[in-house]
Amino acid sequence: MESVLAILVGVMVAGSVYLILGRNLIRFIFGLVLASNAVNLLLFTGGRLTHSRPPLIAEGASTPVGPVANALPQALMLTAIVIGFALLVFIFVLFYRAYQEIGTVDTEFMRLAEPPDAVTPGPTCPIEPKEV
Amino acid sequence: MSLLVFPILIPLLAAVCAFFCGRRRLWQAYVSVGASVLQLGACGMLFSTVRQGGIQAEQMGGWPAPFGITLAADHLSAVMLVITAIIGLAANIYALADIDKRYQALGFHTLYQILIAAISGAFLTGDLFNLYVWFEVMLMASFGLLVMGGEPHQLDGGVKYVTLNLIATLMFITGLGLLYALTGTLNMAHLYVKVQAVDNPALMTTVAMLFIMAFGLKAGAFPLFFWLPASYHTPPPAIAAVFSGLLTKVGVYALIRAFTLIFIQDVAATHGLILIMACFTMVVGVLGAAVQNAFRRILAFHIISQVGYMILGLGLYTRLALAGAVFYLIHHIIVKANLFLISGLVSKIYGHDDLKHLGDLYQRSGLMAVLFIIPAFSLAGFPPLSGFWAKFVLIQASLEKGAYLPAALALVVGLLTVYSMTKIWIAVFWEPPPEVEKPTPPGKEVGIGLPLLVPVMILAAMTVVIGLGAQPLMEVALAAADELLAPQQYVQAVLVGEGS
Repeated sequence: MESVLAILVGVMVAGSVYLILGRNLIRFIFGLVLASNAVNLLLFTGGRLTHSRPPLIAEGASTPVGPVANALPQALMLTAIVIGFALLVFIFVLFYRAYQEIGTVDTEFMRLAEPPDAVTPGPTCPIEPKEV
Repeated sequence: MSLLVFPILIPLLAAVCAFFCGRRRLWQAYVSVGASVLQLGACGMLFSTVRQGGIQAEQMGGWPAPFGITLAADHLSAVMLVITAIIGLAANIYALADIDKRYQALGFHTLYQILIAAISGAFLTGDLFNLYVWFEVMLMASFGLLVMGGEPHQLDGGVKYVTLNLIATLMFITGLGLLYALTGTLNMAHLYVKVQAVDNPALMTTVAMLFIMAFGLKAGAFPLFFWLPASYHTPPPAIAAVFSGLLTKVGVYALIRAFTLIFIQDVAATHGLILIMACFTMVVGVLGAAVQNAFRRILAFHIISQVGYMILGLGLYTRLALAGAVFYLIHHIIVKANLFLISGLVSKIYGHDDLKHLGDLYQRSGLMAVLFIIPAFSLAGFPPLSGFWAKFVLIQASLEKGAYLPAALALVVGLLTVYSMTKIWIAVFWEPPPEVEKPTPPGKEVGIGLPLLVPVMILAAMTVVIGLGAQPLMEVALAAADELLAPQQYVQAVLVGEGS
């Protein structure tokens, strides 16, 4: 089962790399979502797929009875998911604001912070910035 | 509650208070500056405790070491905390005059204090996953500060900063996941014990490479630095100073910590790679700076080349080299933050920072010229300023190790740094300004108030003091290097009763 999940992680990472390498920022977002899910799955698999009993300790006892699931990777994953979600929301807003101000989501034309040299002009933006 | 909690707790509480001050901007500023002063006190106390009593460790929530989250402070952490608090306070005072009302209403002080808390947390934590969380907090706060004004060029720089840093974060957590799968622990001291038993050198090297990529990108090392010159010149100077002084150094710190404590099985491969990266970083950064024509963009490229020096110390991996790296970190944080603050002063006077349209500042303000030339020549490594000793120690360490090429490169890069700094000096202070371009309309002379000047003066004075009396700081750096090269001390302090 671990090997199936490992292959799945590999496929997801490959897909995300393909998407991230595109010039379009929307593709980048989808690639990022895919990649962060792949990493979460990797964390989960890294903790080994063990027994399905929850690691609950009976009252009065100090250790659980019998084999139980490893709770730590799940806690790590949960933290990573929460953080990833917050970052995703931020990145959506940031890209939308950038689109409003710059008028494009094509990274080739996003040269405001690093303007191309005046002598050798870079590609110019085909779309005029939108009035907001 | 031990001393270790305060450097994180004080700024976090200040962030909450500043948030609830809402529109009362003056209260926000009082809370924020007050917290920065307290922070400096707490970090100073922690530093003196570490100096006297050795490595301090504290288990959060009372859970014993490998299970709970550990906070630990050795010499490296403590000295980084002190310097963070100093820059935090200096930039905060500067911000009183530099950050406009709109930023403050948007919550500048809240984000700023969260950023300081996250940086302190990253320096203090003894748990790798906790380090990831602090990195995320730091990123989130820095994203907010970077794009706060909502100017088009800020958003453009912000997009590049955010995307590349998120990829670094993903690599970090991938490495974390694999490391946990290999060892079953994420406590750094426990990892030191556990990785020695891992019988899979290939996978260990893979994980080490992931960590080099992740931390190297945060540090701005070659070839992973492209987010840095795209974004660091866009926010207001006070924010840029904190970013340039502290954020990349958290990456350098994480590299030093991971590659002296966890990944020390295959030093020839990992540290050899770091050494090669360091050489390229030094050269590419300084060449990038040479072709730039805006004050702050030159400075941004110089951060990259200076990061090269620091990881050069890590790559050499000897006592003197690590001490040199620690010394360089401290010197660089002071000098670089100061240069960004000064570039802010210049932009305030002229309204922009394009070198082609600046000039004549020497005649208008001799004080500014002196204040610029101290950090600039310190950056280039002129005696008797702090940069001279930093470079001297690193070059001596490379010669002792027989690494002649890195030593030669370090010297050449120093020379090219002088070129860039002279370029700024001539363009800003000496040249007569272009005739057509009136710098500021008459009668609209911009005053430079005390809140702007005092932090710059203090940081410049620190550069001189470190330069004239380098010995005490060098002793601290050597103590830090000793601890880094003998991780057993750190492990014993964290895993009390575990043995090593």
